[in-house]
Amino acid sequence: MHEFSIALNIVDIASKTATDASATKINEVEIEVGILSGVVIEALEFALESAVKNTLLENAKIIINRIKARAKCNNCNTEFKPSDLIAKCPVCSSFDFEIINGRELRVKSINVD
Amino acid sequence: MCDTCGCNDSNSEYTIIKPEDIGNRNDSNAHGHDSHEHKHMDEHDHTHAHNHSHDHNRKIEIEQDVLYKNNLLAERNRGYFQAKNILALNLVSSPGSGKTTILEKTIKDLSKNIAFSVIEGDQQSMNDASRIKATGVPVVQINTGFGCHLDAEMINSAVKELKINDNSILMIENVGNLVCPALFDLGENFRVVIISVTEGEDKPLKYPYMFQSSNLCVINKIDLLPYVEFDIDKTREYALRVNHHLQFIELSAKTGQGIDKWYNWLKKMSNKTI
Repeated sequence: MHEFSIALNIVDIASKTATDASATKINEVEIEVGILSGVVIEALEFALESAVKNTLLENAKIIINRIKARAKCNNCNTEFKPSDLIAKCPVCSSFDFEIINGRELRVKSINVD
Repeated sequence: MCDTCGCNDSNSEYTIIKPEDIGNRNDSNAHGHDSHEHKHMDEHDHTHAHNHSHDHNRKIEIEQDVLYKNNLLAERNRGYFQAKNILALNLVSSPGSGKTTILEKTIKDLSKNIAFSVIEGDQQSMNDASRIKATGVPVVQINTGFGCHLDAEMINSAVKELKINDNSILMIENVGNLVCPALFDLGENFRVVIISVTEGEDKPLKYPYMFQSSNLCVINKIDLLPYVEFDIDKTREYALRVNHHLQFIELSAKTGQGIDKWYNWLKKMSNKTI
């Protein structure tokens, strides 16, 4: 359940940014999670429910954007969309690829009062 | 200070803005700042004597990696290890793969010539630290309580407790868990994933993140190969699908079979680092 640590980090980043901007309340938090980031989005949502308690995010709307994966085959340079880390290149069947997108784990923005 | 236009707000406690916020301050008003009392676009030559309250929706772009704090601390740890010529290894595996036994044997066999220190990570108990203490090297135990992994901050604190010699090897035995520790950089030089032949050979496919982020895969308990159905070639093939750079060492910490390869790897890596 590393998602709880991730959730606490999200709360820290959002709270610090809001405090630095003299905000009193966070209305919305936007998070980007790549499908290959190693974070289970449902588990993160569950963890955030407890992590936000008694913080500026307590009643904030949490928007989680799933980032699709994109990879480039190191063998034939084909760009494709891997479903997981053990995907194959659809053209040459190589397992050797670089991930371009899909590992994101970012706090994108907050909306504050 | 107003984060959007930079004007001074007398109610503000802080005047420092993080660098990552400065680049994202959007002066074009494209981010829902339209209820702001003074809608200047980019002219800042006027003063703000009027009272200006922040009771409206403001969007603040952050674009920050969720794990940036851990990653910064990990780099700090790495710098400390580099300055003291310490080879730091993060040992990860599922529970029961033989991490502590490998450590005990390694320390017993090599500690005459190489200085070791150990950080033990477990949810609870001092059992592993007690086993290592018996070998005579400095050790600290981190009990993570409800936590499922070690992080860079724990290592940072543990290192302060340990008197680590220059030109030595620091072994960090992570919590037995093939999922969560994969995401947390501790500042190690190398990550070593340990799998034993009593486990399923498809572990690399089931837990790809750990195998993908490791540098070396140690396959332990090979003395049991005659009694279990474990195809080492398949494990290697599966692990290489996930990580093309992964190296392998097969050994038995109990009988000592193959352990020289592990020792040679350690010596080679510590010469590189040290």
